[in-house]
Amino acid sequence: MKRRGFWGYALQNKTLLLMLAPAVFFFILFAYVPMAGIVLAFKQYNNTGGIFGSPWNGISNFRFFFESGNAWMVTRNTALYNIAFIIVNNVLQIAAAIFLFEAVGKWFRKLTQTMLFLPYFISWVVVGAIAYNLFNYDVGTLNVLLKAVGMQPVDIYNTPSYWPVILVLVSAWKTLGYGSVMYLAAITGIDNEMYEAAEIDGANVFQRIWRITLPNLFPTVIILVLLAVGNIFRGDFGMFYNMVGNNGLLFSSTDVIDTFVFRSLTTSNEIGLSAAAGFYQSVLGFATILLANYAVRKYDKDHALF
Amino acid sequence: MSAIAQTGKSGVKRQADIMLLRFIGYIFISLLAVICFIPFLLVVSSSLSQESSIVEKGYQLIPAVWSTDAYSILFKYPEQMLRAYGVTIAVTAAGTLVGLFITAMTAYVLQRKDFRWRNQFAFFFFFTTLFSGGLVPWYMLIVTYLDLKDKLIVLILPMLLNVFYIIVMKTFMSSIPEAITESAKIDGAGDFRIFVQLILPLSKPVLATIGLFIALAYWNDWYNALLFVSDEKLMPLQYYLYKMLGNMDGMRKAMVASGAVVTTNIPTESLKMAMTIVATGPILLAYPFIQRYFVQGLTLGAVKG
Repeated sequence: MKRRGFWGYALQNKTLLLMLAPAVFFFILFAYVPMAGIVLAFKQYNNTGGIFGSPWNGISNFRFFFESGNAWMVTRNTALYNIAFIIVNNVLQIAAAIFLFEAVGKWFRKLTQTMLFLPYFISWVVVGAIAYNLFNYDVGTLNVLLKAVGMQPVDIYNTPSYWPVILVLVSAWKTLGYGSVMYLAAITGIDNEMYEAAEIDGANVFQRIWRITLPNLFPTVIILVLLAVGNIFRGDFGMFYNMVGNNGLLFSSTDVIDTFVFRSLTTSNEIGLSAAAGFYQSVLGFATILLANYAVRKYDKDHALF
Repeated sequence: MSAIAQTGKSGVKRQADIMLLRFIGYIFISLLAVICFIPFLLVVSSSLSQESSIVEKGYQLIPAVWSTDAYSILFKYPEQMLRAYGVTIAVTAAGTLVGLFITAMTAYVLQRKDFRWRNQFAFFFFFTTLFSGGLVPWYMLIVTYLDLKDKLIVLILPMLLNVFYIIVMKTFMSSIPEAITESAKIDGAGDFRIFVQLILPLSKPVLATIGLFIALAYWNDWYNALLFVSDEKLMPLQYYLYKMLGNMDGMRKAMVASGAVVTTNIPTESLKMAMTIVATGPILLAYPFIQRYFVQGLTLGAVKG
C-alpha cells in the first residue's frame, strides 16, 4: 500500500469514509453537539439570550439542586432501584434459564418461553395501562381479589411505600424473558463433556447444577452484572414515567434522576436546574462506567468494553 | 436450543433427583409463565366486559357480563386511531429501512481490517454511550436550533442509529470471510458495491434481527412524541394511547365533538383496555413469528457479550 500521509490515505479510502459519513454526522449532531450545551448548567437561562447569550451564574444551579435535598433523594432512589433490579432480575433470570434447560420438555419450553418473552415486546405505555388495570382503587383487579377474600382494598396510587415492591416486580416481569434467553444461550454453550463426565462419576442433577452449570455461568453473570452496575445512575425513564407519571404523592419513593430532569425541563421549566441535574448524572454515570469497566477488565480482559 | 442434558440422560433410568428437579422446574416455569401472561388476559377480558359490571365489580379475569361496546365505539369513528396508526406505520417503515441500512453500512466499514482508522471511528461512536450532554441540551438542539418540533421527522431522526446495534452488526459481519471482500476488490468492485451486492445478502440473519429491534423501538416509541409533538395529527399510536389513558375527559370531548357518542354513554374503563388492545394488536399478532428472530439475535449477541 502506498503511503501518502493522512490526506492521501483519506483520498484512497474515500468510499469507506463516505459510507461512514451518515453515522458520523448523526452522532456529531445528536451526541457531540449537545455536549457543548452543558454550559447551560452554569447559566441563568433566559429565552432572549439562548444557550450562549444567557448570563453565567456559577454553581448556583447545582447549589439549588443539592440544597433542596432533591439531589440526594433522586440519586438514592435511582441507585437503590437499579441495585434491586440487578439482584432480583438476575436471580430470577438465571433460575428460569436453568429450569428451562434442565427440567422441562421441548414443547413446554417453547410454549413457556413465548409467554415469558411477551412483556418484553410491549411499550411502557401499555405496561402503564396494565398497571392501571391491576392497581386502580375502585375497579382494579388487585382490589377485586382483596375484597373477594374479605380484606380491605389498598390505595396503591396514593401510598408511596408500596412502590418499591411494585416497580421491582414490574421490572422483573418485563425483563424475565429477555434475560432468561440470554442465560439459556450461555448455558447451552457449556461443554457437553463435563455433564457426561459428571454423570459417569455418579453426580446427581443438583450437584451437576451446583458444580457445573453455575460455575460455568459465573463469568457471564459477573460481566452482565458489572455492566449493569456501570449504569446504576441511569433510571429507566419509560418505566418510572408510565408507572408513576406526574403523581407527586409518590415522588418520595419513586422519583429518579431522569424523571426529575424531565419534570424540571417540561413542567416547571427550570432549564438551568434541569441541565445541572443532567450534567451531574452524566458525570456520575461516566465515572461509574469507567469503574465498572475497570473491574470487568481485571476479571476478564476480553469482555471489557474498552 | 436442544437440552444437552438429554444426551447425558439417554440410556440412564429416570432417577429420583431428576424427577424432583423436573417437578420443581415445571411448577416454577409454569408459575412464571402464567404471571407473565395473565396481565394480557386481564386487559383482553376487561376490554370485553360491560361497563356497568366493571364499575360494580371491577376488572375481572373472565367478564361478568360480556360486551363489545368498547370496540364498537372505538371503531365507529376511528379517524384519530387510524391516523395514529398511519403515523406509527410510516415512522416505523421509514426509520427501520434507513436506520438499518446506515447501521449495516457503518458496521461494514468498522470491521474492515484493512481500514486503518476503524478503531478510532469505533471509539468515536462508542464514546457517546459513555457520556452525554444530558436531556436539556439535546432537547434544546432539536427544538430551538433544528426547529423540528411538530414535524414528522422528529419521530424518526433522533432514534435512527444506536451504537449497540452497530456493534452487534459489526461482530456478525467480521465472521464473514475477508476473502470475499478481497477477491471482489481484485475484480475491480468498489467498496460500496461490495457492501451492497455481497455483504448485505450474506448478512440476512443479523439484518432480520436488528431490523426487528429497530422496528419494535419505533413502534413502541412514545418518548419523542411526548417531548416534541403537540399537534394531534402527528401523534403516533403509543403516545395517542398514553394521552387517552391519562385524559379520558379529553377523549370524551373529542368523541362528542366528532359525533361518536352522547356525553354520558362512554364506557370509560372498558374503552381504556380496548384501546390498549388495539394499540398493541399488531405486535401481539406478529409476536409468535418474530420472537424466533429475537431469540436468534440474542443468542448471536450473547456469544460475544
